[in-house]
Amino acid sequence: MNGVLTILERRGAAWNRMSWEALAAGGQLAKSTDQPLWCAVIGDAQGLTPFEATRAYTIEHELLEKYTPDGYIIALEQLIREVDPSYVVFPHTYQVRDFAPALAARFGETLIADVIGFGPRVFIRQLLQGKLNADYRHTGKGPCFVSIQSGAFRADGLASGACEIGVFTPRLDAARIRTRPGEPFRAAAQTVDLSSASLIVSVGRGIKDRDNIPMVQELASALGAELAASRPICDNGWLPMERQVGSSGQTVSPKLYLAVGISGAIQHLVGMKGSKTVIAINKDRNAPIFEVADYGVVGDLFEIVPALTAEVKKAKSA
Amino acid sequence: MKIVVAIKQVPARDSNARIAAGAKWIDTSDSSFEINEPDAYALETALLLKERHSGEVVALCAGPDRCLSSIREALAKGADRAIHVRCEQLEALDTLGVAHLLADAVRHENADLILTGLQSDDLGLGQTGVVLAEILGIPHATIIMEVEVQGAGLRVKRELEDGWFQWVEMPMPALLTIQSGISKLRYATLMGIKKAKTKEVRAVSPEDSPGPLSVSIERVYAPERNKQARMIEGTPQQAAAELADILRSEVRVL
Repeated sequence: MNGVLTILERRGAAWNRMSWEALAAGGQLAKSTDQPLWCAVIGDAQGLTPFEATRAYTIEHELLEKYTPDGYIIALEQLIREVDPSYVVFPHTYQVRDFAPALAARFGETLIADVIGFGPRVFIRQLLQGKLNADYRHTGKGPCFVSIQSGAFRADGLASGACEIGVFTPRLDAARIRTRPGEPFRAAAQTVDLSSASLIVSVGRGIKDRDNIPMVQELASALGAELAASRPICDNGWLPMERQVGSSGQTVSPKLYLAVGISGAIQHLVGMKGSKTVIAINKDRNAPIFEVADYGVVGDLFEIVPALTAEVKKAKSA
Repeated sequence: MKIVVAIKQVPARDSNARIAAGAKWIDTSDSSFEINEPDAYALETALLLKERHSGEVVALCAGPDRCLSSIREALAKGADRAIHVRCEQLEALDTLGVAHLLADAVRHENADLILTGLQSDDLGLGQTGVVLAEILGIPHATIIMEVEVQGAGLRVKRELEDGWFQWVEMPMPALLTIQSGISKLRYATLMGIKKAKTKEVRAVSPEDSPGPLSVSIERVYAPERNKQARMIEGTPQQAAAELADILRSEVRVL
C-alpha cells in the first residue's frame, strides 16, 4: 500500500466543486506522508485542469453512465485493489454518503466521514452537531477511507502541473446492479436567489412556532434583507424550501448574515460560513453558531428581535 | 410487509456536552436521552407504511439498558415488538462493529424493508444503514423523502444536493435511510403507552465480541475557536442598541 487516491465527482457535464477541495486535502495528506497523489473520476476527464498529481484515472463503462451505488462500489473496488493506495479520499457529497461506507466495508474498513482536518496520524471530525471535535485514528489493516467536509480545505491552493491520464475499464455485470435510478429533477424553479443577496436574516428552530415568523420577517424588511431559514423551518413548511440555507439548500456569502435562533448544525454552517459578517442571537451559549459568529448575543430572541427591529427602523428614519 | 426500524438512543439535543475522563467520549452521567431525530422519522415512515399496506413493525435498538425508554416510546407510538441488542459501550465500537451487531440480530427476521435515519445526532457519521445493507447483502438508498411500495419492489424519492431529487426503483428486501423532517411525527397516545407495556421486547446479548477496530476515537476535545465572537451583554434593549451600533459603524449596512 502506497499513495493517496482522491476520488473526484462529476455532476453530469460539470464537476462537483467539492472535488477540488478533496483533491487539495489529498494533496496535503500526500505531502505530509511523503506519498504520491493520484486521482480518479467515474466518467471522462474533460475539464480536468492539469495539477500536481502523478496520475489520473478515468473509470469508463456504459453501466456507469447513471450513478448507482452497486455500479460505483464494484468499479471503485476494482480500481482500489489494482492501485493499492494507503488512503482513499472523497468529497463528503450526498453521492459519496450513498456508496462510500459500503465500499469501505468491502475492505473491512470504516469510512472516517465528514473530516474537517488532520493532524499527525489522526483525522479530525465533529461530534454532537459540532459541539465537540474528535481525533480519529485509522487502526485497520487495509486502506484508510476518509471523506472531506465541504469548505474544510481550500481548493485554490491546488498547484498546477502535468498529470498523466489513464483509462480504467472495470468489469461490470448489469445483473449485479440492483437499483434503477430515474432522472434527477428539481421540485420547482428557484425564484429566490439567496446566493446573490448582500444581507440575509435567517431563522431557525428557536422561533418555535409558525406564528412567530413574521417577527423575523419584520426585522429582515427593516434591514432590507432577504429572509432565509435553516432546514427544520422549511421542513415544517413555515417558509418555502427555496429559502433554505445549508448543504441541502443554498450556499450563501452575504455581507451580513444575521442568524436568529439557529444553533448551527454542520449542515447549516457549510451553507453560510463564507459570509463576511455573522451575527448570532441564540439562547444557548454553547451553540456551534457562535463558533462562526463575529458578534453574538445570548438571550431570548423574542425580546431581542423586536428591540433590534425598533432600533433599525429608528436608525433608518434618522 | 415486515419492516424493521433501527433506532439509536442519543443524548438530547440541548444537553451539555461534557468530555468524559480519559477524553475518549462524553460524560453522559447527567444527560437526558432521546430517539435520534432522523430515526424517529424512519419509525414514522414505517408506521405509515404499515397503515397503508398492513404488516408488522419491529423496532431494533443497540445500547445499554437505558435504551429501553426509547424502545418503549417506539412501541407506544405503534411498533409491534422490539429487539434490544444489549451493548454497554456502543461508542467503543466502530461503524462496522455496530452494523455487525445489528445484522446478527435481524438476519433471521427476513424483513422486507429495513429503515433507519440518515445519520445520528451524536456521531454524525451517517453510514450505519449503508454498512448494514452491505453486510446483509441487500440493496439500499439514502436520504429518502418518500417511499412507495410497487408490487415486490419499491419506488423511493432520494434527495440530491442543491434542491435536486431523483426517484429510484429497487427490489425488496431493501434498506433505506430516511431524511429528517419529511412528515409530522405522531405522539404516543395514552392507549399506546398502556399497550406498549404488554409488547414483546426481545433482549439479545451478542455472543461474539466484534473484531479489531478499523477506526477508533483517540481524543475528544472542545473545538478551537478560529474566530472569537464578540459577545454582547446587557438587557435585550441594551443588546439591540449595541447591535444597531455595530450594523451602522462596523458592518456599515445602516
